[in-house]
Amino acid sequence: MLEKALTGTKRYYGWMAALLVVIGVGFICYLWQFRFGLGLTGMSRDVSWGFYVAQFTFLVGVAASAVMVVLPYYLHNYKAFGRITILGEFLAVAAVSMCILFIFVDLGQPIRIMNVILHPTPNSMLFWDMIVLNGYLFLNIIVGWKVLEAERNNVAPAGWLKPLIYLSIPWAVSIHTVTAYLYCGLPGRGFWLTAILAPRFLASAFAAGPAFLILLCMIVRKVTKFDPGKEQIQSLGKVVAYATCVSMFFFLCEVFVALYSRIPEHTEHLKYLFVGLHGHGVLVPWMWASVILTTVAIILLVNPVTRRNETVLALACVAVFVGTWIDKGLGMISGGFVPNPFNQVTEYVPTLPELAISIGVWAVGFLILTALFKIAVTVKEEVEGLI
Amino acid sequence: MESSRRSFLKIAGISALGLGAKPVLDVMASSGEAAKPKTMRNPNALLAKRWGMVIDTRKLKTEEDLKPLIDICNKIHNIPHFDNPHHEIKWIWSEEFENDFPMQEASFLDDRLKHMPFLTLCNHCNQPPCVRVCPTKATFKREDGIVMMDYHRCIGCRFCMAACPYGSRSFNFRDPRPFIKKLYTKYPTRTKGVVEKCDFCAERLAVGEMPACVEVSKGALAFGDLDDPNSEVRKLLRDNYTIRRKPALGTGPSVFYIV
Repeated sequence: MLEKALTGTKRYYGWMAALLVVIGVGFICYLWQFRFGLGLTGMSRDVSWGFYVAQFTFLVGVAASAVMVVLPYYLHNYKAFGRITILGEFLAVAAVSMCILFIFVDLGQPIRIMNVILHPTPNSMLFWDMIVLNGYLFLNIIVGWKVLEAERNNVAPAGWLKPLIYLSIPWAVSIHTVTAYLYCGLPGRGFWLTAILAPRFLASAFAAGPAFLILLCMIVRKVTKFDPGKEQIQSLGKVVAYATCVSMFFFLCEVFVALYSRIPEHTEHLKYLFVGLHGHGVLVPWMWASVILTTVAIILLVNPVTRRNETVLALACVAVFVGTWIDKGLGMISGGFVPNPFNQVTEYVPTLPELAISIGVWAVGFLILTALFKIAVTVKEEVEGLI
Repeated sequence: MESSRRSFLKIAGISALGLGAKPVLDVMASSGEAAKPKTMRNPNALLAKRWGMVIDTRKLKTEEDLKPLIDICNKIHNIPHFDNPHHEIKWIWSEEFENDFPMQEASFLDDRLKHMPFLTLCNHCNQPPCVRVCPTKATFKREDGIVMMDYHRCIGCRFCMAACPYGSRSFNFRDPRPFIKKLYTKYPTRTKGVVEKCDFCAERLAVGEMPACVEVSKGALAFGDLDDPNSEVRKLLRDNYTIRRKPALGTGPSVFYIV
């Protein structure tokens, strides 16, 4: 089936070529970083994780969200999602690939990465993150590919796939749980030290991931002959609506605990993000934009009249995606490092090469996503006799 | 035909594997008891069950008092100097009371304490969070309580920096070597992309010398075995009220401050 990714329209080739150019720029910047060191980025002694780790965190969520189409289809036999499970699974493959790349570009000594396997350390959450992320990548590649192949050959999927599919459901939850455990088990980082971090991560993941999938479905419908379906998009819309509500609720719980208890280690990070601390507040407009976008999206998504309008739904999905990206991809990581353990503020702003490398990694993800979607959609078009 | 070619390839593959494995097996076979490398301890080495430090802040009142301690450490550990504060490497430095002890109420603190510089360094915790999170055991706790770094194993993920509640760790954001004022050849320089921090002068203890900062402190710093009730540090802890940084986190710092 791989050959289907090699042929396509001029527009397809153009898009892939454009992505390759962006990847090339990112790669050159990475070589620069490789030579110079991570000093090329905006990270510092105080904010020792930045944009890369934040993108990783956000994308683990996008990857985990595949479970929102897999679970209803395979556990509840919700037939409508059968048309789009492959899209969810392939989105997960692309997202996990980006996660692994973001961890890689964040390492100070990337050539030593195999030390994690040579000296396995089960008490480190990073060790478990490596296991769950790679496991999830393989599960989705195998399940997605074999089910698609069976569909193409007009036969039922092999029996041995069932246990893997069932396994992929709790596994999806595990990837974002372990990712939250990277942060929430650290003493002295009040912003992350909360039992609700993993649930909060999952809620925002199940909002942003399916929101992105809706947008992808709409693009697929526009640029190919395959229609993922109105019912499918509407059902996903409901998932996004309630996951966004739960995500907002969890966030407000955090705000209440911090502000009502008035414990400085917990309030100061929130203060830094939303009103600024010691005269510093580079993220303040971003964080408020995130809250406003998410609030507007909730209003548009929960109200059935607006949700049923696909244009409004698309706008709401963009709002959820961007709002969640700001929350996790910008605020979550640097917010935890500011103020530092000495209660001093060192601000973090990514540098241009750092952004170029990040965009390059995103472009790799989109390249994988486009190729996989091209394969899946072409098979669907063939099966349905559209081409 | 097809099957015979396949079986030929199989046999060829297995033989190649066998031939390739032979030298490896030979080495394994010869590495018996006799060939094992031996490590020997310097007879002068200073030993303890749990090294600890007591800092008498009454004897270290000004930045000038701290300067020789900080300078000697920077010199003998090849600490680079960067103008960009983002890239700073710090093993031992000074902070104000409210920064070192943010959980202690400092509003109505005695002016002497409030603006006095406090010596700040790695606490060599009894339960070090940095060691717990390291994915390669590049940072580890020795049997004598010293939390050490293996600069050759560190992958530079900086998880330890996120885990340390004391801000004791620094990362080599760029090659430090051009920024070392005068190379000190008895201690290794580091490469870019690895984390480093104070190691209680493990290299000096190994040859029977006290940590450099202790040696030049004119008695303001005491260093000894926290597990030995007769040690100097235990005597100081018995006779004086001491505080530690962020004790509520349960990390068990081995650095004590007499205030």
